[in-house]
Amino acid sequence: MLTKPVSPEDLVAVHAVTKIFPSSRGMSDVHALGPLDLTMRAGEFFAVVGPSGCGKSTLLEIIAGLTRPTNGEVFFNGAAVGDFVPEGIGVIFQEDASFPWLSVRENIAFGLKRKQVDADTTRRRVDDALKLTGLQAFADAYPAQLSGGMRQRVCIARTLVLQPRLILLDEPFGALDQQTRLLMGDEVLRLWRETGATILLITHALDEAAMLSDRVGVMSARPGRFLEIVTTHWPRDRDSKIVTRQEFGDITGHLWALLRDQSIKSIAVSA
Amino acid sequence: MRLRKATRIRLVLIAGMVLALEAACRTGLIRPFTMIPPSEMFVSLLRLFQSPEVLSDIGQTLRAVALSLSGALVVGFLIGALLYAFPRARRIADPLLGTYYSVPVFVFYPLLIVLFGLNSIPKTVIGFLYAFVAMIINTLNGLDRVPPVFWKTAKVQQLGRLATAVHLVLPCAGPYLFTGAKLAVMYSFIGVIGSEFILSSGGLGYRISFSYNNFQSDVMYGLILFVLLVVICINMGLYAWERSLMERRGGR
Repeated sequence: MLTKPVSPEDLVAVHAVTKIFPSSRGMSDVHALGPLDLTMRAGEFFAVVGPSGCGKSTLLEIIAGLTRPTNGEVFFNGAAVGDFVPEGIGVIFQEDASFPWLSVRENIAFGLKRKQVDADTTRRRVDDALKLTGLQAFADAYPAQLSGGMRQRVCIARTLVLQPRLILLDEPFGALDQQTRLLMGDEVLRLWRETGATILLITHALDEAAMLSDRVGVMSARPGRFLEIVTTHWPRDRDSKIVTRQEFGDITGHLWALLRDQSIKSIAVSA
Repeated sequence: MRLRKATRIRLVLIAGMVLALEAACRTGLIRPFTMIPPSEMFVSLLRLFQSPEVLSDIGQTLRAVALSLSGALVVGFLIGALLYAFPRARRIADPLLGTYYSVPVFVFYPLLIVLFGLNSIPKTVIGFLYAFVAMIINTLNGLDRVPPVFWKTAKVQQLGRLATAVHLVLPCAGPYLFTGAKLAVMYSFIGVIGSEFILSSGGLGYRISFSYNNFQSDVMYGLILFVLLVVICINMGLYAWERSLMERRGGR
């Protein structure tokens, strides 16, 4: 397997990645992303913010191995990411990806069963994930009986049982109201601490990025490039109460100062 | 088991109509030559079960329906899946599928007799021709409704093509496939029994037509009742199964 020397602390390395979507029916090519570089340390919580259409989700899909970059390379755990999602990466999408024909327990066990993990280990890991996500009382319920936030927790639990080293979250709380998003943020922080996983969060919510992350990558309008990577300096043991602190306001304000012109540019282009 | 209110009302309505029909026949409002009372239809049906000829006709029809239905389910699903996989082919086929049921397939019956002879094959083929397009259309409907996020989830879960199809796509498209299967059952019955009316030398349709031509009202109505009961029972069974599945899935 192709490997490239990266720092042992770096779990993810993105080198000069660009994405150009080919033209269709007389339209010109769409240069969506890059060139862009990024490294993520093991155990880090990294968020990406940027204007609509700047290529945030494309970046996530490239890191996950769901989309091939036009140029550049991505390394996960020292190995190049190819056409398949590597072992050790979990992805949680904005859309509800819970399977309506399976109960909560069956949903969570889905990946373990496909990997033919033995029944005892499966039961233990599913029970742990149910406990971790607060879904024990709903283990036998079906997604249709749950709220949007609870279904998202089912998807998180389904990802966690596979014990990924890197969790990619693509605007997972986009469909939830503000209070629920804050509480879900607390849960994600708790899961991050307890599992020791590395997290990449794609979001358009500046406050969410400022509250949850160790570092926030601010992207420009299309083609998306990092304008600045902002370090938050939050302690690892944090929760949503930090939104009341002066530094939180400062960070969010700084993110908006970086993004304002880009957002105007993005709106002008789409108009 | 407690019946739902709507079910109770429905049963009362049906029972009321049967009783009204019984009364109309018994009082001479409907002449015996036109229709026999429902109770006599039922007695006639029980009597018909003792006739080896009728049992043979029932067997012929059910065999032809089973064959045409199995073919329609398998071929319809495969063609639907192929059209989904090849969008250009689908663009060509779409108008044909959309207008298919405006073609009276029965007009091909003489041609099928020329091709296959006067046996059970033409009516089986007609049953198949009636049913398989419903399965194609509903397979396409089901596959179209697999959310894009499920395809991505399959990749994240490192599922191969077969595993994605078996564990994700089929259960997700299940309700639509079920609807296709339900329609295919009905169309198969219509195709087969309708064909038997026209030129066949056996089967329920032939037997009903034969009794009609020979003024055997009791046999004719007994068999009509039998066809109605079979189709209603199958449909109700499938409907109940579908409803229990959909309730669990919250309609998704």
